[in-house]
Amino acid sequence: MTISADHAAQQHAQQAAQQNPASDAVSKFGITVEDYMLPARHQIQMVGPDGTLNPHTEQGTQPGHEYSLPSEAELLAAYEQLVVGRRVNDQNSALVRQGRMAVYPSSHGQEACQVAAALCLAEGDWLFPTYRDSVAVMARGVDPVQTMTLFRGDWHGGYDPAKNKVGIQCTPLTTQLLHGVGVAHAAKLRGEDTVVLAMCGDGATSEGDFHEALNFAAVFHLPVVFFVQNNQYAISVPLAHQSVAPSLAHKAVGYGMAGERVDGNDIVALLAVLGRAVKLAREGSGPLLVEAHTYRMQAHTNADDATRYRQDSEVAEWVAKDPLSRMQTYLTDRGLLDDDRAARIAEKAEAVATQLREGLSEEVPVEPQDLFKYVFSTPTPQLKEQSAMLADELARDAASTAAASTATEAGK
Amino acid sequence: MSPSITTSSEANGNVSAATARAAAKAAVEAEKTGPQTITLAKALNTAMADAMHADPSVLVFGEDVGMLGGVFRITDGLTKTFGTSRCFDTPLAESGIVGMAVGMAMNGMRPVIEMQFDAFAYPAFEQIVSHVAKMHNRTKGAVKLPMVIRVPYAGGIGGVEHHCDSSEAYYAHTAGLKVFTPATVADGYRMLREAIDSDDPVMFMEPKKLYWSKDQVDLDALRAEHAANTERGTSSEGRAAVARPGTDATLIAYGPSVPTALAAAAAAAEEGRSLEVIDVRSIVPFDDETVCASVRKTGRAVVIAEAHGFASVASEIVARVQERCFHHLAAPIRRVTGFDVPYPAPKLEHYYLPGVDRILDAVDDLQWED
Repeated sequence: MTISADHAAQQHAQQAAQQNPASDAVSKFGITVEDYMLPARHQIQMVGPDGTLNPHTEQGTQPGHEYSLPSEAELLAAYEQLVVGRRVNDQNSALVRQGRMAVYPSSHGQEACQVAAALCLAEGDWLFPTYRDSVAVMARGVDPVQTMTLFRGDWHGGYDPAKNKVGIQCTPLTTQLLHGVGVAHAAKLRGEDTVVLAMCGDGATSEGDFHEALNFAAVFHLPVVFFVQNNQYAISVPLAHQSVAPSLAHKAVGYGMAGERVDGNDIVALLAVLGRAVKLAREGSGPLLVEAHTYRMQAHTNADDATRYRQDSEVAEWVAKDPLSRMQTYLTDRGLLDDDRAARIAEKAEAVATQLREGLSEEVPVEPQDLFKYVFSTPTPQLKEQSAMLADELARDAASTAAASTATEAGK
Repeated sequence: MSPSITTSSEANGNVSAATARAAAKAAVEAEKTGPQTITLAKALNTAMADAMHADPSVLVFGEDVGMLGGVFRITDGLTKTFGTSRCFDTPLAESGIVGMAVGMAMNGMRPVIEMQFDAFAYPAFEQIVSHVAKMHNRTKGAVKLPMVIRVPYAGGIGGVEHHCDSSEAYYAHTAGLKVFTPATVADGYRMLREAIDSDDPVMFMEPKKLYWSKDQVDLDALRAEHAANTERGTSSEGRAAVARPGTDATLIAYGPSVPTALAAAAAAAEEGRSLEVIDVRSIVPFDDETVCASVRKTGRAVVIAEAHGFASVASEIVARVQERCFHHLAAPIRRVTGFDVPYPAPKLEHYYLPGVDRILDAVDDLQWED
């Protein structure tokens, strides 16, 4: 062969240097590489809890960390999804209480993060969600009832990940970040401009796969946006017990990537920060880490009792920072949201809720033979044997049930 | 699908893609020399190179697999031939390697990844058990993970701690993983090609003490066999092999224990006992048919494996055989396995490993006097 090892390695290093947006920022803004990679001194917040737009100087931006306000159309589309998302969360929780769904980890209070994560991506991009990110999955276009199959309990997943480019809703914490890294790597090797947004929570940042995923993405210079929803609790354990880093976004610099903090209940800031991160990643900046400060307003799941580990007063503080009400105020004040539009949006949300109620109330017969059908592309001889055994067992059950009912009939 | 991948050679303006491909082809041509004596390592290396030539979506990565060619040199020359985009080193993190491979397989690639040593694969256990094994089932077949996880395993090389584990039972116990283990040079080529062709994930367990074992094979004939199998949709996948025919008792072995079983059979022959040796080849799927046909014929069996015997693949084989062949058995089936102790230090490993004498003792115990 004619290509020497040294040559390839040098070329790789040169390429990486050329594509380094940190050095661009350093020359453009006169800041240090560390200033570029470290998150801005304050979280990015555009619209405050009372629904008013912060003055530009008070949005938390600084050189190398500049953000522009999203367009009206983007804001309206996001608001609609926020309303739908809240309705989905509350409807699903109700379905669990009624026993029509096994479990639902609600993202009530985190809807702004959910919606922004889905809306910042282009059609060919990929989203890698966790079990709490059902609203993001639906906002990305996956059928609501298919999304909820996992929690209804008739199969471990209900949608084809390739169709909407949404990974499975991952339960083993943080493992999905690496799948996102692999999807981005494959796309990069083929020269595609796919961006991956991979989600996890604050507790998940303690897992080893968090470290491995960020490091792999950085070393291979991959277009991945890591999006941490810091909702303050990993089930019952508060953030202080997970990390004593200045912030989770500060972890970025350790991997040689840029990090940013954003108000996770301000969808305007989320769209701006995630939008810029996706754009930079697509342009070849390599990976980025965004930490959103938000709050899980309800318990971990219906099986959890949040009163055992947190005060009502703390919840009340966060209710005052609700992502929906602040956006409603902001859009109404800007004259973008009137009663007509609000009613149309509410109608759409209700339609999704109806779809969920009807879809999840339907008794879907489970097929016992499905147990064996999908373990491998072609079942092994052992699985064929076991499948025949179960079929035989069921046939005998059916025969004895039929015989018993015939006997009952005859006895009458 | 046929993704177009820019190799580092093609990206480098000094060398045209055509030149690179011609050189790679010439390298393959140079090897066409009919029957030749090669090592298992070379057979595995050739299988990967051929698969990479045949399909641009086949990628090789892991720790030290690039310029070094792997600590066992199994990936030797692949980076040079195919560029750093197709065969590359990763950061030192096994979960990362497997997790990234899952994503790549989800997105059109066929990753062939190396775990440097058996015990070093344990950090990847969660990815393997929770995702590699389950993705196809969880998505009702919508997502296939055509990936191969190569694991140099088992002992006999005087390795220090954590370098000699027989970890096959962990994977065999996990539903959704195929588990292959070659014992011959020809099977090294044949089975690795089949593993790479598989649309399901394969744990490819390579007996590291056999890496430098040699045999005369005709790589051209193996390539032709692979091509013919591909065309017909057939393969040797999931089939055990009769490594040595015999009539008095059956030795059932796999991977590193196959040569030991063959040596025991040769020694027994001198004493007038004809032992049949079955090479299991594929632990999952398991070839009940071939194994049981042999035991029904001989009426006696010894299962040999390096791994600890308790709750092991050897135990599973004994259970399966006695369930299916009970009335053909003249004696209880015996196991000759490693002891239920952590893999020993180099100076003690010969006490631990199933050897010819221990196998022959077990054969002697098969109630011949009845």
